[in-house]
Amino acid sequence: MSPGERRLHPLTPLAKAWTAMVALAFLAVDNVGHPTSVTTSAVVVIAVIAAALGMGAAGWWVTWYRLDATELVVRSGVLVRRTRHLRLDRLQAVDVVRPVMARVFGLAELRIEVAGGRSSKASLAYLSEPTARRLRAELLARAAGIGPATPEAPEQVLLTVPPLLLARSILADLRLLSAGLVSIGLVVVVVRLPQPGLAVAVLPAVLAAGSVVFREFARHFDFTVAQSPDGLRLRHGLLEHRAQTVPPGRVQAVRMVQPALWRWAGWARLEINVAGYVGSEKSRAQTVVLLPVGSRELARALAGLVLPGPGPFGLPMEPAPRRAAWRQPWGWWVLGVAVGAEVAVVRRGWWRRRTDLIAHGKTQSLRLTQGPWQRALGLASIHLDSTPGPVHVVAAHRDALAARRWVEEEARRSRDARTRSAPEKWMLPPQAGPKGSPPVG
Amino acid sequence: MPGGRYLPDSLGSVPDPFDPPGEAWTPVSPRLRGARRLVVAAAAAGVLVASVVAGQLSGLEVVAAAGVVLGGAGAVWGWVWAARSVRAWGYAERDDDLLVRHGLLFRELVVVPYGRMQFVDVRAGPLARAFGLASVELHTAAARTDAHIPGLGLAEATWLRDRLAERGEARSAGL
Repeated sequence: MSPGERRLHPLTPLAKAWTAMVALAFLAVDNVGHPTSVTTSAVVVIAVIAAALGMGAAGWWVTWYRLDATELVVRSGVLVRRTRHLRLDRLQAVDVVRPVMARVFGLAELRIEVAGGRSSKASLAYLSEPTARRLRAELLARAAGIGPATPEAPEQVLLTVPPLLLARSILADLRLLSAGLVSIGLVVVVVRLPQPGLAVAVLPAVLAAGSVVFREFARHFDFTVAQSPDGLRLRHGLLEHRAQTVPPGRVQAVRMVQPALWRWAGWARLEINVAGYVGSEKSRAQTVVLLPVGSRELARALAGLVLPGPGPFGLPMEPAPRRAAWRQPWGWWVLGVAVGAEVAVVRRGWWRRRTDLIAHGKTQSLRLTQGPWQRALGLASIHLDSTPGPVHVVAAHRDALAARRWVEEEARRSRDARTRSAPEKWMLPPQAGPKGSPPVG
Repeated sequence: MPGGRYLPDSLGSVPDPFDPPGEAWTPVSPRLRGARRLVVAAAAAGVLVASVVAGQLSGLEVVAAAGVVLGGAGAVWGWVWAARSVRAWGYAERDDDLLVRHGLLFRELVVVPYGRMQFVDVRAGPLARAFGLASVELHTAAARTDAHIPGLGLAEATWLRDRLAERGEARSAGL
């Protein structure tokens, strides 16, 4: 152990073994009907729980973390030792996640995303809640280029999403509504069936459909967006609570989604790409929502906040040529592209309208593609590639020659925007940054 | 320096949107055509042998004939495709970005700014090595950036990689 290294919270093995315990408890209860197997199953359950706790304890024993001026170092691994160094100047986001069981024990997981490469994230599970908060503040302060003792930056709450609005918006999103209706329909059918045995057969389907709707609600319950010098802070969750911090300039692209009924109600949803957020993680959907539902004006204001330059909305949209109707008969009239001072805007989707926004300085590469049908019509599609995430910016079915010219112009806009981009350490003036550090890109 | 022009106005007279800006594409090595034709020939030979064997075993000459016709047609198509698809590959180095073009039926033109490159790979499989070829792949932070150039001579590939890496370092930008 080197100086400054610390262990995770000692209750970690217990909080981690919890899911295994619950599953086993269910199995045990299920087996109660068989009297012969009671002692056997009790022995098995105890053995498995002991094994889970033992493995958790071994993992806890060998895991250490250390935070110094430029990096976070995490050492772990029982059999295969692993030391991971995360460079703080590349910090993309910091999350404090509290699953249900961790909340019971007063614990929290700290997740750190730095861009670049496959192993670009670290998770410290679990820490005590105050430690997690303090460590987050310290990480952000160091990443911003200011002293580690700086207290947590003050924040200003911008908005909260009322639960009733969230519930109504889920009802109005037909994709989710259909899942709910399917589950209700199945319940009705089963109740009226002569053989109650069939209920068991459809139960999983009902649970699955119902859980989609419930998860959507629980995930975004009490959604709060606050602004601070550290960046945007998002807090949400009914059962598992998440506090996300996205530092300034880390949002790669924004999508405004408006399902048909939402447009009528004047609502919109915002999704974002943040480098490093989408990866192996299974819970990808919940990490990328900037606003689950809100009025269109609110969504526009919020999108304007995370994108550079003046508000990109209300720019004149250049439509796709009429002959695009041969390629996309339904919804071709929605297709549109606009170019703002700092942002490119692409619109599509007749039923579920999507408005994608990407700063010129954030495009990773530009692509022009053309299929055989498009070639016959003299059309081509423009792709503005962003980091992995829900937002894919594609301007479909433009006039081919105009599209090529547009790509050339966008390449130039992108280059100009990159040269005047903000420093990675956002609290430092541009000149004061360390000269030699090669940034990601 | 190849491909110094940047002005979109220079595209005014370009009849094809997948043409290079002003100058010609740097083509990939014609030996790639040979490598691909070898694969096509091997596959066709496999189909022929399999259909003859199947015809013998089943005693149906129709099976053997159908296999021979299909294999032959596939071989002819593959022969032509190898030549045309290799001709369709090309790249152009400009002051600030690299252009890669490929595809016959589904055409694609990729523009990768040097400052966005995260790393560059040079790969050479056994077949490619036998033909003295290697491919260069560019990676950015976007998974969808598919900028890979197959069928470069070994020396050209190394040379291109070094130059790309050098330019990337000079122009690298934050994410």
